[in-house]
Amino acid sequence: MSDATLDAREGLTTVSRSFGRQAWDRFRRHRLAMIALVLLALMTTAFVVGPWLSPYAFSDQDFSALNQGPSLAHPFGTDPIGRDLMVRTFIGGRYSLRIALLIAVLTTAIGTVIGALSGYFGGRLGAAIDQVINLFLIVPSLIILIVLAARYGSGPNAIAIVIALLSWPLIARIVRGSFLQFRDQEFVLAARAAGASTRRIMFRHILPNVFGPIVVNATLLIGIAIILESTLGFLGLGVRPPVPTLGNLIAESKGALQTKPSAALIPGGFIVTITLCANFIGDGLRDALDPTSRKS
Amino acid sequence: MTTPLLEVDDLRVTFRTDDGDVRAVQGLSFTVAEGETLAVVGESGSGKTVAALAIMRLLPRTARVEGTIRFRGTSLLDLDEDGMRDLQGDDLAMIFQDPMTALNPVFTVGDQIVEAIRTHRDVTESAARARATELLDLVGIPEPKQRIDNYPHEFSGGMRQRAMIAMGIANEPKLLIADEPTTALDVTVQAQVMEVVRTVQEATGTAVMLVTHDLGLVAGTADRIQVMYGGRLFEAGPTDTVFYGSRNPYTLGLMASIPSAVGRTARRLEPIPGSPPSLIALPEGCAFSPRCAFATEACRDEPELRVVDAASGHATRCHRAEELPDLVAARATATAGSEGGAAEPGAAGDGAA
Repeated sequence: MSDATLDAREGLTTVSRSFGRQAWDRFRRHRLAMIALVLLALMTTAFVVGPWLSPYAFSDQDFSALNQGPSLAHPFGTDPIGRDLMVRTFIGGRYSLRIALLIAVLTTAIGTVIGALSGYFGGRLGAAIDQVINLFLIVPSLIILIVLAARYGSGPNAIAIVIALLSWPLIARIVRGSFLQFRDQEFVLAARAAGASTRRIMFRHILPNVFGPIVVNATLLIGIAIILESTLGFLGLGVRPPVPTLGNLIAESKGALQTKPSAALIPGGFIVTITLCANFIGDGLRDALDPTSRKS
Repeated sequence: MTTPLLEVDDLRVTFRTDDGDVRAVQGLSFTVAEGETLAVVGESGSGKTVAALAIMRLLPRTARVEGTIRFRGTSLLDLDEDGMRDLQGDDLAMIFQDPMTALNPVFTVGDQIVEAIRTHRDVTESAARARATELLDLVGIPEPKQRIDNYPHEFSGGMRQRAMIAMGIANEPKLLIADEPTTALDVTVQAQVMEVVRTVQEATGTAVMLVTHDLGLVAGTADRIQVMYGGRLFEAGPTDTVFYGSRNPYTLGLMASIPSAVGRTARRLEPIPGSPPSLIALPEGCAFSPRCAFATEACRDEPELRVVDAASGHATRCHRAEELPDLVAARATATAGSEGGAAEPGAAGDGAA
């Protein structure tokens, strides 16, 4: 094949599409991610709209229906003081999801900036940050979390900030590794030769190359965060009752696990589903955001 | 104008390592005039790339750079970071060896050229894009309007190197430093890329400093050649003078080791024996003497770079520069004799003839 025909043939495949459009096309081909996205959208809608449509408020008590299993009037059942568990689950989902998203965003932001600085500059600054990362990773975060939550935490935002301040090293370590790998690549030298500033090189030239691992880990964080929040809630150290979160709901159900397992299984099912959805969406995003994965 | 575009005087680059100081460039002085092409030739480790990076101020902070580098009268080593950044990619541009890794994989080729333009020129996105399309066309990318939205991985190696060149010349630099621009490419593409460089030069009047180990590449391209060895300048002069009247054993050795694709019966390639010197412990005296066929006692003292022909500016660093043509001719005859006349005299002999 001559060069000309080769070029012409290659030319045919290069239909101009914007990056966002291409990414969306790639994402759509990822079946599990699409299913996860739809499921997550449905759950979010239920959490947001559900309580508003329900005849009950999350703290309304129905003394004629105490501690019931699922029924038509109360699809998820009621708790021992007659509160509707469906409304409580949806409101709980709302809080849990909000906390998880906040944690994921905060943790990723802190971890990315610190990891980028440490990886790009290396030297003494990098070594110092590395030691801090290691310190945070070996300290049992749950114990610190329990102490901090007992001292400061009761609002959903406070919980999120405390968790983020403890989990950023997870992201920082990954970003640091990627920056170490990319900072010596020739395109970084080329960018410097083109007169780009250090900040520009870090955040505009290298960071986009690291999006894949960051996005995947941010979505993994959503799962971790929801589970951590639930753990705190279960231990009674999370968001204070009567405000429900998915973790609080499981904690409240523990008295009746034998007789009415649905009270634990339903919020538990939501926790598992949200976590899985977040992970699948992360997978899809990683492929979608990597331009070299274009198969068309 | 009498001030050269680039004036390097007594450039010394030292890297501190645990094993000792690596003296990568030692006392390098040269100039580049506006619009000319200077080829800097040498083996790996001869200091040619380090010198190029020193001019661009792209060496890591562990490098100690001394001497003076003047670009259009401005001392580059005294500029602050901002001042240097203003020059980098604008009047002073560089293209790199490996087109596979020198483009950012997550941005389209167009985006990268546009960025190069907009870093230095206050133009709109669409104006920069139009300019980028023009540049891609200039460097011979087919269908530049479509190709501008391709990612680097959708380009072939030769096309990537062309895109790199387009990026390098985006702001019509006064000096383009090309570090082994064709090494990673196959031979046919090499010729095309060099053609592109020449076209660009004609269009923009850019001076090119071509850093390469490939003498063949230099022959048709450069106005002047500068041969480096062990961090020092070994020979410098107009291309033809160096090719046909070299007064340096190292240059002759380099030329004898290039395979020739044209004409004549097979001739034996003559490698230069040994390997380039360690830059930590350079040999006493002439750095090339341990590998040199013509070395004598005198070579224990380091020769100065001296001008052998004032008219052309031909300079060499060899004690035996004057007698070299005779020495080479004598050696060629001896070699031919010992091989029963089967082999033709090496290119070294031809070169000196």
